Amino acid sequence: MASKVVQAYYNDDDVLMHAVKKVKAAHHHIEEVYCPFPVHGLDKAMGLEPTRIAITSFLYGCLGLTVAIVMMNFIMIQDWPQDIGGKPSFSYIENMPAFVPVMFEMTVFFAAHLMVITFYLRSKLWPFKKAENPDPRSTDDHFIMEIGVHGNEAELTSLLQETGAVEINTVEK
Amino acid sequence: MYTFSNRLKIGSLVLMALGLLGMGIGFISAPSTVEEAQAMVATSHDDGHGGGHEAADASHGAAADAHGEEAGHGTDHGEHLLHQLQNRPWSAVYIAAFFFFMLALGVLAFYAIQRAAQAGWSPLLFRVMEGITSYIVPGGIVIFVILVLSVMHMNHLFVWMDAETVAEDALLQGKAGYLNPTFFLIRAAFFLGGWIAYREISRRLSLAQDKSDDNSNFIKNFKWSAGFLVFYLVTESMMSWDWIMSLDPHWFSTLFGWYVFASMFVSGITTIALVTIYLKSRGYLPDVNNSHIHDLAKFMFGISIFWTYLWFGQFMLIWYANIPEEVTYFVTRIEDFKLPFFGMVVMNFIFPLLVLMNSDYKRVNWFVVMTGIVVLVGHYLDVYIMITPATVGDQWYIGIPEIGAVLFFAGAFIFWVFRALTKAPLQPERNPFLEESRQFHY
Repeated sequence: MASKVVQAYYNDDDVLMHAVKKVKAAHHHIEEVYCPFPVHGLDKAMGLEPTRIAITSFLYGCLGLTVAIVMMNFIMIQDWPQDIGGKPSFSYIENMPAFVPVMFEMTVFFAAHLMVITFYLRSKLWPFKKAENPDPRSTDDHFIMEIGVHGNEAELTSLLQETGAVEINTVEK
Repeated sequence: MYTFSNRLKIGSLVLMALGLLGMGIGFISAPSTVEEAQAMVATSHDDGHGGGHEAADASHGAAADAHGEEAGHGTDHGEHLLHQLQNRPWSAVYIAAFFFFMLALGVLAFYAIQRAAQAGWSPLLFRVMEGITSYIVPGGIVIFVILVLSVMHMNHLFVWMDAETVAEDALLQGKAGYLNPTFFLIRAAFFLGGWIAYREISRRLSLAQDKSDDNSNFIKNFKWSAGFLVFYLVTESMMSWDWIMSLDPHWFSTLFGWYVFASMFVSGITTIALVTIYLKSRGYLPDVNNSHIHDLAKFMFGISIFWTYLWFGQFMLIWYANIPEEVTYFVTRIEDFKLPFFGMVVMNFIFPLLVLMNSDYKRVNWFVVMTGIVVLVGHYLDVYIMITPATVGDQWYIGIPEIGAVLFFAGAFIFWVFRALTKAPLQPERNPFLEESRQFHY
């Protein structure tokens, strides 16, 4: 990893977007952008891959549905098929309508919770985690673009200066 | 300006001609005497379909009990069979007429919601929607004529219109304050008049807005649309009791109006998507981009699930409580209509659920068209399942009369809608949200 990074500060998301496009056009690798709020289209401008979290959620939903069906089939049909108020417990399909609310809720439960946990794991978020923002202002009104320095510090600084950065720092990491 | 392509015009006329032929065959081949009816059923049993005698006897027994008839079994059975077979061509026409009318009415509701919600994405599609809703005038008139013919005893679609049946039936006598032919026709005229009036007013204001130099027409249209939605909510619900639920006059369900609404809403949105994709493929809607299609597909997806929610909500509550007086509705449907009854759930729920879940697929025209066709066929079956068990019962079959009626009304629908589309520019010129709609990107 580059031990030195240039941090360019911006105070407007439009300026930031233009800067990101310019830096990308000059073929510099943007290591990170810190924003106080989501900037629409920033991921596209940075060339980030689309997220696959919706796909994981779909798979978790299928898992939840399976758990619900296997559970209720075992409990209500296989293990102890009692006559409860005349409900037909001879086979799963005969009593299926009564199971649908559980099947639905379990699907949603698994899809939602496992997706959130996946999100936490992939973005490395947990309680007592040490905050990683380089400057508290990036949570309020400043945007910070971080670019690795590979012996081209002066050129990089002048490029960032042109993009309308309000502050440029070189930081050892 | 859109020009009605000759191929489409000829195509729609051919559909209407074929449909007329099919409907004619349906009416001619319906039996006129009990003996003929029994002979028809006997031969069809030899062919292997028809479901067997036991089912017919069972449903007949239930119907006879329900009607409070205590006449001898033999003649009674024949009479019942004759009415079912005579109903079949009428029922086929009524289902197709209602289905295509419902498309236009669903689009009208969607259009009014877009106006009342001041949606920023949809103004580019307003002229397409107005074109589709133009069918509400001829479609509504056809429905009204069918209802008048029913009141005049040209058919046996509505049991409660038959004075002899009502005389023997305490339940129908109890409902006669609401279900009587005069009041029924007055209500139908009132609903249709209100819907058509809103459609014409809104269309006029929409066209006037293009020519004016302020937004007063737009604001008036907004107010009319909000008012229409209140009117529509009440009248649509009552329409579903009158035109569909009263075919089974011993049965009632409180969420039936919503259920019919969901069905017409999703098929209306699907029609908008199909017509938009067609017009765009012909180069008539240059500013419509795949984000508009994506939005329509999202609505198709969401409302399909909403429809399923209501379908299941209605089915499961009745199945669970299993109260004899309401459960017969589903017993006859599951016994005699198993494949269409559950098949439509697959077509209207599982297929769109799996196909339209992916965000990228919702932008692909052929995916939306394919799903749209499945959804429309599925909702035709939905209307079929709502109406046929009450009119034709276990003598149902999707054959020449049904397909003929669908072809005829499909041809009429296409002809009328695309003719209406030629009457105004396909893109509004002066809508406050037009620029937003043009730039719309999701």
